[in-house]
Amino acid sequence: MIARKSKDDRIFDSVNIILLVLILIIVLYPLYFIIIASFSDPLEVLAGKVFLLPKKINVEAYKMVFRDESIVTGYRNTILYTILGTAINIVMTILAAYPLSRKDFVGRGFFTLMMAITMFFSGGLIPTYLLISNTLHMQDTIWAMVLPGAVSVWNTVIMRTYFQTSIPEGLHEAAVVDGCSSTKLLLKIVLPLSKPVIAVLVLFYGVGHWNSFFNALIYLSDKDKYPLQLILRSILIQNTMSEDMMTDVDSLANRKVLAETIKYALIVVASAPIIMIYPFLQKYFVKGVMVGAIKG
Amino acid sequence: MLKTAELRQQRTRNRHGNFAWHRISRNWELYLMILPVFLFFIVFHYVPMYGIQIAFKNFSGVLGIWGSPWAGVEHFIRFFNGTYFKEIVWNTISISVYSLLVGFPVPIILALMLNEVRNKHFKKLVQTVTYAPYFISVVVMAGMILLFLAPETGVFNQMRKFFGAESINFMYEGRYFKTIYVLSGVWQSAGWGSIIYLSALAGIDPELHEAAVIDGASRLRRIWHINLPGILPTICIMLIMNCGSLMNVGFEKVFLLMNDLNRSHAEVISTYVYKVGLINREYSFSTAVGLFNSVINFIMLLTVNTITKKLNQSSLF
Repeated sequence: MIARKSKDDRIFDSVNIILLVLILIIVLYPLYFIIIASFSDPLEVLAGKVFLLPKKINVEAYKMVFRDESIVTGYRNTILYTILGTAINIVMTILAAYPLSRKDFVGRGFFTLMMAITMFFSGGLIPTYLLISNTLHMQDTIWAMVLPGAVSVWNTVIMRTYFQTSIPEGLHEAAVVDGCSSTKLLLKIVLPLSKPVIAVLVLFYGVGHWNSFFNALIYLSDKDKYPLQLILRSILIQNTMSEDMMTDVDSLANRKVLAETIKYALIVVASAPIIMIYPFLQKYFVKGVMVGAIKG
Repeated sequence: MLKTAELRQQRTRNRHGNFAWHRISRNWELYLMILPVFLFFIVFHYVPMYGIQIAFKNFSGVLGIWGSPWAGVEHFIRFFNGTYFKEIVWNTISISVYSLLVGFPVPIILALMLNEVRNKHFKKLVQTVTYAPYFISVVVMAGMILLFLAPETGVFNQMRKFFGAESINFMYEGRYFKTIYVLSGVWQSAGWGSIIYLSALAGIDPELHEAAVIDGASRLRRIWHINLPGILPTICIMLIMNCGSLMNVGFEKVFLLMNDLNRSHAEVISTYVYKVGLINREYSFSTAVGLFNSVINFIMLLTVNTITKKLNQSSLF
């Protein structure tokens, strides 16, 4: 069918595009402002002279951010928690999703129910806290960061659905007839065919670890183990500035001015890794949400 | 003769009984695979559920969960009669209803608008940009809010001054808290929320539109009569899920944006549970508050599910 554009159609299209451009600006401007403010002279930012372009471009704020011991340590800790946590997540999710995707797995219903119940009922904050800190003694250990959320039921559903829909049933039968074991089948056939869904879940879990701060807040008291998000909280929200940053800034007024603009640079430094890789992986994210939506 | 029949019957029964066992033993590796997952759920999900009983006890660390003396519903009564009960329940409900009213329709409208865009590159651009804020951490989000709304120096107040208005200290005036919370939430998650509706829109039969065009239906009419009904089941399911967590205002953003001056407008159940539980160490009382919250949530989920089931055929379970 050839689409004929009537006058009404053209008006509709123009209004639609204008509104979307407006939405685009509303979403983009705050992000853009953070970036230009981080490269501008602090005084210009505070005076409200930075609007569309950075003024008196410099990278002082970034230098100060990287001079701070706690930020560097926090960054390192976050990378460590993200890598270890995501690795555990992926292995556990595969171990949960693969058996559940097999129709000949006796007990499938039981295990599915057991996992689904936890989506609606939970012990709540205090019982979980008592378990992890008093019973398991995980306080101030990396395990408190990576174990409590080791399997997400939602992500398991996404992976199981992928296994069921993308890997032909006949493949299992053929493999069983050939005397291929389940482990071998998983490692040699299923996983190599499942790279897209694994990529999606690496990203979902990875972003979760990178951004998480609640578990660190309640289970960590040792400052050397703090992840980046807790350091960010103390600087962005609680306005604490470490001495490391301010060694060669003399007057109190100067310090206050710098303290404000360091925040912009810090936001950029903390969010850059995710915001930068995200557009390249966008198609995977979207696919992940949709696979989950079909079944969920 | 009878004996052979019996024997044969027994043999088939055996074979039958062995069938399930055979499937289990043949797939022993699958059980080995799921074992760590099973243990994980027992330890990190079901053991805390067992711990809920301390809501009805006076928990003492020395006596443990099992050994602590029973207290009945004392903690619940104390919570209901407490000074903060009305305030935090009101804050929790009003923040989430406000979020739902403003935040729920936006992704739907955005998806309907995006669906009408014919230029693929422009569509992709809008999608990429609007999804991006979803990946910003709550801490950074709260930090951005504080920076933008800072008195005198923040961008927002700069703009107000530019138009000749007074600078406002938004974070110190409680009445702005809920709006700040809700609008920043829309900014952050509306794009991401539209994905699910876009995928539902992609599933609508193009023939419906072709037929409507022949009948002379305008774009708006087609959106109203074809696209919107087409994604209604998805909308219902999302609505049920949202209502199920209506009493579940997320801890993190409130916690980060709250200060002593806006506390009375900001404190919600989850931050209160954190405060009395982990700061004041009133474990039993705090667990009781948390349990009250989850029970209300579950009742809401069931109610909304039943209502939508009656209204149309889509429901969660």
